[in-house]
Amino acid sequence: MREIFKKGNPYIWLTASALTVCLLMICGVIVLIMMNGFGIFWPRKIVKITLHNGTVALGEIVKKEPIPYQKDSYRTKIKIGNRDVYGSDFTWIANADIVSLHFPIDAVVFERREWGNLYGFLKGFRQGETIKPLQHDTLMILLAESRGLYKKIRYIEKKEIGNINYLMEKYRLELKRLMMFPPTEKIRKKTVALNAKIDGLEKVYQEREILLNNLYKEAKEKEIVVLLADGQDKIVPIFQIIRVYAPNKMGFFSKLVFYLTKFWEFIWSEPREANTEGGIFPAIFGTVMMVIIMSIAVVPLGVLTAVYLKEYASDNMIARIVRISVSNLAGVPSIVFGIFGLGFFIYFVGGNVDKFFFPEALPAPTFGTGGILWASLTLALLTVPVVVVATEEALSSVPISLREGSYALGATKIETLWRVVIPQATPGILTGMILSMARASGEVAPLMITGVVKLAPSLPIDSHFPYIHLERKFMHLGFHIYDVGFQSPNVEAAIPMVYTTTLVLLITVLTLNLAAIVVRNKLKKWYSTRAI
Amino acid sequence: MEKVRTTVPEPIVNIIDLFLYYGKVEALKKIALDISRKNITSFIGPSGCGKSTLIRCLNRMNDLIENVTIEGCIRIDDQDIYSPAVDVTELRRRVGMVFQKPNPFPKTIYENVIYGPRLMGIRKKGILDEICEKALKKAALWDDVKDRLHANALDLSGGQQQRICIARAIAMEPEIILLDEPCSALDPIATAKIEDMLCDLKKDYTVIIVTHNMQQAARISDYTGFFMMGELVEYSVTSEIFTNPREKQTEDYITGRFG
Ligand SMILES: Nc1ncnc2c1ncn2[C@@H]1O[C@H](COP(=O)(O)OP(=O)(O)OP(=O)(O)O)[C@@H](O)[C@H]1O
Ligand SMILES: [Mg+2]
Repeated sequence: MREIFKKGNPYIWLTASALTVCLLMICGVIVLIMMNGFGIFWPRKIVKITLHNGTVALGEIVKKEPIPYQKDSYRTKIKIGNRDVYGSDFTWIANADIVSLHFPIDAVVFERREWGNLYGFLKGFRQGETIKPLQHDTLMILLAESRGLYKKIRYIEKKEIGNINYLMEKYRLELKRLMMFPPTEKIRKKTVALNAKIDGLEKVYQEREILLNNLYKEAKEKEIVVLLADGQDKIVPIFQIIRVYAPNKMGFFSKLVFYLTKFWEFIWSEPREANTEGGIFPAIFGTVMMVIIMSIAVVPLGVLTAVYLKEYASDNMIARIVRISVSNLAGVPSIVFGIFGLGFFIYFVGGNVDKFFFPEALPAPTFGTGGILWASLTLALLTVPVVVVATEEALSSVPISLREGSYALGATKIETLWRVVIPQATPGILTGMILSMARASGEVAPLMITGVVKLAPSLPIDSHFPYIHLERKFMHLGFHIYDVGFQSPNVEAAIPMVYTTTLVLLITVLTLNLAAIVVRNKLKKWYSTRAI
Repeated sequence: MEKVRTTVPEPIVNIIDLFLYYGKVEALKKIALDISRKNITSFIGPSGCGKSTLIRCLNRMNDLIENVTIEGCIRIDDQDIYSPAVDVTELRRRVGMVFQKPNPFPKTIYENVIYGPRLMGIRKKGILDEICEKALKKAALWDDVKDRLHANALDLSGGQQQRICIARAIAMEPEIILLDEPCSALDPIATAKIEDMLCDLKKDYTVIIVTHNMQQAARISDYTGFFMMGELVEYSVTSEIFTNPREKQTEDYITGRFG
């Protein structure tokens, strides 16, 4: 027995099993997320189920499970869609009640802009009271038309009217600012000019409004009729339809194409229906931008702190206390940082910025409310210990002989730091940055009180001067997961979105880290050839 | 026992009764010696006797170590280098140093060599190129690396790296070059190259070299100092030390009877 322990084999087993447990847990999480996250866009077959009592259900099978406390009986969860008709997207069917179950070849899914999916059979095109039969190809043409119309409407709504609103707000604030000055002749002239501009905009706005109304009317004109499972007809405006597909007819490749298109759409489009449908682009954008701003803030702060602590501060009581405190900051619950960010950045700094730079907008706050800048800075504070500790370690790992080599050539301390020590420590410093990025992109709690919202009207970067709007509220993948999973009115429909969003969050973090790693390697090379 | 102070021609460095303490530990005890201009002076002695400590005093590298106390006086060209008026970086430019272990910066060969001149504010590419070429030629490395000046210096062999460090020191055009066991990690061929180079350097520079290799000291140096336990035991013309030492300890050491 003793022999065995002496050889150390049990310790190898112990350490190896610890590693195995860690790996298993990590793989489990990843596999769970991947399975659930990657699957949701794969078109599933539509099943038609007839029950004993004569009701018919049409939809996708979501899962089968045993009925609790009843032996040998199972039930099936079916997504029947048609939320505007049936009131809910899902229904449970006891397997014992099923009379027949088959997959009708011409069952069709209509993906709609509102109310979720509609399952049924295409009957035809409505003209007055009659229904004209409709070929698939004609429907496709009609859909393409309505898509063009939709784009036009969106353009007018978002771009043109958005622009007008933006300018109006700008002029209104300018007017307000002018009113703060004593009314000289010059000011009066300016006021008049501004008012004229506003009137002009108002006119354009009304024109657009009329145009929009007409477009909407046009959009509502064309309708199709869909036969639902229970025999009733449902009239659907074509404009409402995003996509029509018949999964029971689709082969593997058309399913694959469908899947990829859906995934692409998910990543690049905006959310609909209280975030439960559509894409998550604004959340991805917000997350990435926040992490980047955070890194820009945290790296200089952390590196300078660490350089001072390591290179200049003598090793006395105070330095040691500071060092311990910095390390302990990493253990403070993140919500505390959120509250600090709210109190310090938003109310104090932001409030004062508003008072001095944006007095005309008050009492509406500009920087005195949550925004991407304050959220990023809060996270920078949260992660600064990571960077400080990593930098200190990196600085210590630069061999003394290199420093001495530099000093011996007549370099001063600061020259040695800049030219030899910091370049040599850069990979370590960037590792710290990577860790801080990973930490920051996973944080949600402090963001909820410093600027994240469930639906931001516009991205923090757009085409209006000054292009980067750091005061704007933003969306974030982590918060999006929370919001979709726990705050959404239609939780059941949102569950797959939770997994997919999680998956995107993981991929985003991974991409950010990979990018940082590439930068680290590039920088290493660059430093070795650079003239400093 | 009061020793006779060995006189050398044209002294450039005068060390006068130098004591050095690491904290409370005495590392140098009353060292007194002069070093001759444009000659090679070697320091020998058993490990831990204070040779490195002494040459690090000459360019004030010991300033970087905490808790070092220095008493006595070192003059270079009749200026006390420990007087407050002295600019340490200026001093280190005049007194170059090569360390025991090659320590090139993780930069290109070119950037390594012109590190010092750049610090002095030389920006013109032409001048820097010239300095680089001259220094590398003097360090007998030009032929090896002229085609890959912009390769990383860390990719070179140990001997080449050491010569980079020497070139780096020469590029500063110092008056004195200190070498702390420059050949301890090198093979005989690289050692021979460096020795040849040192003999060449003697024409323009004062060279002080620490070595554990008796033959090396005998081969290249003009003056030799033998140290033991922080004391200078004997200092005189090299041939005399090796053929006719005055002290018993010296004789024991160079004949290998000493541990
Ligand atoms: N930084 C230091 N702090 C404290 N003591 C030191 C320090 N550097 C050297 N010493 C001590 O000073 C004495 C002389 O050291 P030094 O490095 O000068 O020896 P050396 O002659 O160069 O030896 P070697 O031939 O092994 O290089 C040694 O006893 C050593 O322990
Ligand atoms: Mg030594």
